[in-house]
Amino acid sequence: MERIPILKMGDCLLVTIQVDMHDRLAMTLQEDLTTRVVETRARGVLIDISALDIVDSFIGRMLGYIAAMARVLDAKTVLVGMQPSVAITLVELGLELPGVNTALNVERGMEMIRGAIGTPSRNGKVRPRA
Amino acid sequence: MGTTADRGLADTILQNEAELLPEWVRQQLESVSTRRDLMRDEELKEQSSQFLKRFTRALKSGAPDDVMAEAWGETRALLEQISTSRARQGFRPSETAMFVFSLRQPLFDLLRRESTNDPERLTNDLIKMTSMLDKLGLFTIEVYQKGREEVIARQQQEMLELSTPVVQLWDGILALPLIGTLDSARTQTVMENLLEKIVETGSEVAILDITGVPTVDTLVAQHLMKAVAAARLMGAECIISGIRPQIAQTIVHLGVDLADVTTKASMADAIKHALQRNELMIVSTQKA
Repeated sequence: MERIPILKMGDCLLVTIQVDMHDRLAMTLQEDLTTRVVETRARGVLIDISALDIVDSFIGRMLGYIAAMARVLDAKTVLVGMQPSVAITLVELGLELPGVNTALNVERGMEMIRGAIGTPSRNGKVRPRA
Repeated sequence: MGTTADRGLADTILQNEAELLPEWVRQQLESVSTRRDLMRDEELKEQSSQFLKRFTRALKSGAPDDVMAEAWGETRALLEQISTSRARQGFRPSETAMFVFSLRQPLFDLLRRESTNDPERLTNDLIKMTSMLDKLGLFTIEVYQKGREEVIARQQQEMLELSTPVVQLWDGILALPLIGTLDSARTQTVMENLLEKIVETGSEVAILDITGVPTVDTLVAQHLMKAVAAARLMGAECIISGIRPQIAQTIVHLGVDLADVTTKASMADAIKHALQRNELMIVSTQKA
């Protein structure tokens, strides 16, 4: 069965969605990610959706849920690289994903997680963000 | 195939083209509706001669009653071309339609001369010609109208794009001075432009300045919030600035919730905030 890979980088988990999301895949991701967060005791989760260019209300809600679940497991979660068209669609659907952290790209997202969990990034800067 | 009468008609026109064409052109040039300031005489002559050629050819070959039939294809194409170009040049609709309608007079004169001894044929020909020229004239006006509508649509589009510039203030800071009323169509363009620019420049802060927005009602506020929410989903923060006192009052009275958005009274405050957020500062070069 098709699966979205979850990569472990230090104490962070990296999820890159490179294929079209369909409902079953989103459910599997939710299952896999929560399991992995508990297993690896990850402190941060970074979800890259830059390749995702079509969302519907279900996928939009699932993205919010997955981020919220990781947060409940005490992992700082950042959703990065959302396409303009996806952002507009989600807003029009009324899914503004309150409480979900977002960043422009993986680099910024990583910086954000490091800032929050207190590991300095390579250039030594710690940038805590609201 | 056309009837014998139609072919006879076409032949009559063809045989007398030498006098019909100059007469038609002369009438067009004399008429007040010809815009000699917009068009050269030779061009008009060329168009007229082309039209006569295609008109007779169509008359010979096909159904004379139906100008939408295939036989009239090249006549229509010519009229379309003339009509569209005139619409762009700034001709009025009547001036454009006169091209076809002005043919009536010289053509009728010719038919009258040709069939003096056959009143019945003359009547038939006249009726036929009138209905045909009317149809062609109406067709010309329709195309003209379409041409004008295209011009208007293009201008609207350009106005939309012109009125929503996204300016890069500094590395990572965008500004969007909004001017004029915000409706849903404009918000859509504003939002798209803003989000595209955020991706393009990798900016994390965008300042939406509403100094130039005359009124803010619940709908406008809702549109603004949409843009802010979409930018946030992409990982950029929006600051709304340029809130005039009256607007602040209206927003609160309307019960619009702007709690999740950073708001500043002036663009200057917003820039200061944005610089701070990006860990930048402006210092005076004057040593104290």
